[in-house]
Amino acid sequence: MKIIVDRSACTGLGICESLAPNCFEVDDAGDLILLTETVSEEDLEGVRQAIEGCPTEALRLES
Amino acid sequence: MSGRRLVVVGASLAGLRAVEAARKSGFDGSVVLIGAEPHLPYDRPPLSKAFLDGADLPAFRTEEVLRDELGVRLALGAPATALDTAARVVRAGEREFGYDALVIATGAAARTLPGTGGLTGVHTLRTRDDALAVRSALDDGARTVVVGAGFIGSEVASAARKRGLDVTIVEALPTPLVRAVGAAMGRACAALHARNGTTLRCGTGVAAVEGDGRVERVRLTDGTVLPADLVVAGIGAVPATGWLAGAGLPLDDGVVCDETLFTGVPGVYAAGDVARWHNPAFGRPMRLEHWTSAAEQGAVAARNALDPANAKPYSTVPYFWSDWYDSRIQFVGVPAAEEVRVVDGDPGGHRFVALYREGDRLAGALTLNGQPQIMKYRALIMRGASWADGLEFADRRRAALKTA
Ligand SMILES: Cc1cc2nc3c(=O)[nH]c(=O)nc-3n(C[C@H](O)[C@H](O)[C@H](O)COP(=O)(O)OP(=O)(O)OC[C@H]3O[C@@H](n4cnc5c(N)ncnc54)[C@H](O)[C@@H]3O)c2cc1C
Ligand code: SF4
Repeated sequence: MKIIVDRSACTGLGICESLAPNCFEVDDAGDLILLTETVSEEDLEGVRQAIEGCPTEALRLES
Repeated sequence: MSGRRLVVVGASLAGLRAVEAARKSGFDGSVVLIGAEPHLPYDRPPLSKAFLDGADLPAFRTEEVLRDELGVRLALGAPATALDTAARVVRAGEREFGYDALVIATGAAARTLPGTGGLTGVHTLRTRDDALAVRSALDDGARTVVVGAGFIGSEVASAARKRGLDVTIVEALPTPLVRAVGAAMGRACAALHARNGTTLRCGTGVAAVEGDGRVERVRLTDGTVLPADLVVAGIGAVPATGWLAGAGLPLDDGVVCDETLFTGVPGVYAAGDVARWHNPAFGRPMRLEHWTSAAEQGAVAARNALDPANAKPYSTVPYFWSDWYDSRIQFVGVPAAEEVRVVDGDPGGHRFVALYREGDRLAGALTLNGQPQIMKYRALIMRGASWADGLEFADRRRAALKTA
């Protein structure tokens, strides 16, 4: 599974980072960085929660 | 599961997430979404932000997606008026909707300024229609008075200043935002107003809002008279539970729920701004008016209502953000703290991080323009980190940024 970020939607609120810190980080400029593109089995639940929790609906998973 | 009926009352964020979660979990019975507003569910945070600057506000989902893909029957434009928990029926005027599972997601309604009923140009800011009215007044260059220096009022002031308009905020308390972030940090946030040319008058109330048909001036309790074409009241919201009078649900500043969002009445769950639930992360009841918890609770309440035997608790570290001028304020955790310590930056400046202590626990964190930090503290609080852990983490961050 791959994480896709809609850069035009994301405003760097960072909820994804708090739910799946292995996959997302907001950098010092306030932009979202993907720490990994493919999601491990172990991180999948956190990433699913991040997709639901993102206030701008900027995230999705693609197989 | 077919043949069962889910009814969701309140067609906004929590209600939408409830119907989506029901379908995602495989529920194939009937789903009805009842909403007082005529609009399809839309997002509220932009109403006091980008929408006031002129941006569009699309609905969360199109009618086709809701109806055809999600199989939701929409009953919009008329509020639910009564709940009969014995017959398991929701009434909306003459119409009746029977349910097996019910999610109450009626949110909160803005408090209005007493005695301003007949005056045009006086608004609250809760709905799309409110925001349209405020935006068109700003388009006309209104001299603006905002009553209440909370988050929504402060965002409205920011929007007015962005257009170069004159704006004054009137706040009855000596310090704004005390309940939300505590006194010291309330002062630090309020300082943004002066720096951006907004007049903030604290410790004075509104004596009268006057005008002939339309608002002309605001008279304050200290005798000051402020000329005004637009008055926006940002004085808080009350949970929309009026329609539940006599339903036998536990009500106490919201619908009272246990940790699974269950009201104690068979089949009935609540979610979002209307729900006061027991948050296991802090071991206490809370009612939040935050986007993230409303979205998450909507989903949890629907899943639990449809499968009560496997109901899961909803536990969270509260989170909200607010955008003022070109700054972003973010808060995680609970502000009822015994100590607040600034661990990075300067509360008089453009960027800072403050931590909140409760006992020996790290209970909260506030940042101004601290997007890279805030969620790291949320993760710490979620793990139950101690105050010492929080301070040590802050030290490490500071050291790392210095050498970077
Ligand atoms: C202007 C504004 C800015 C905001 N900014 C932020 C922000 O920056 N960050 C943040 O975290 N949060 C923010 N919030 C808060 C966030 O929008 C709310 O927490 C969220 O909307 C709550 O969702 P909800 O579905 O529980 O309730 P609501 O969004 O209040 O929706 C409840 C719905 O139920 C309907 N309803 C009420 N009574 C009935 C009835 N009897 N029958 C049928 N329908 C009924 C209402 O018409 C409404 O559409 C903001 C809110 C506002 C108003
Ligand atoms: S939660 Fe959404 S908006 Fe926030 S940083 Fe992640 S993708 Fe961007």
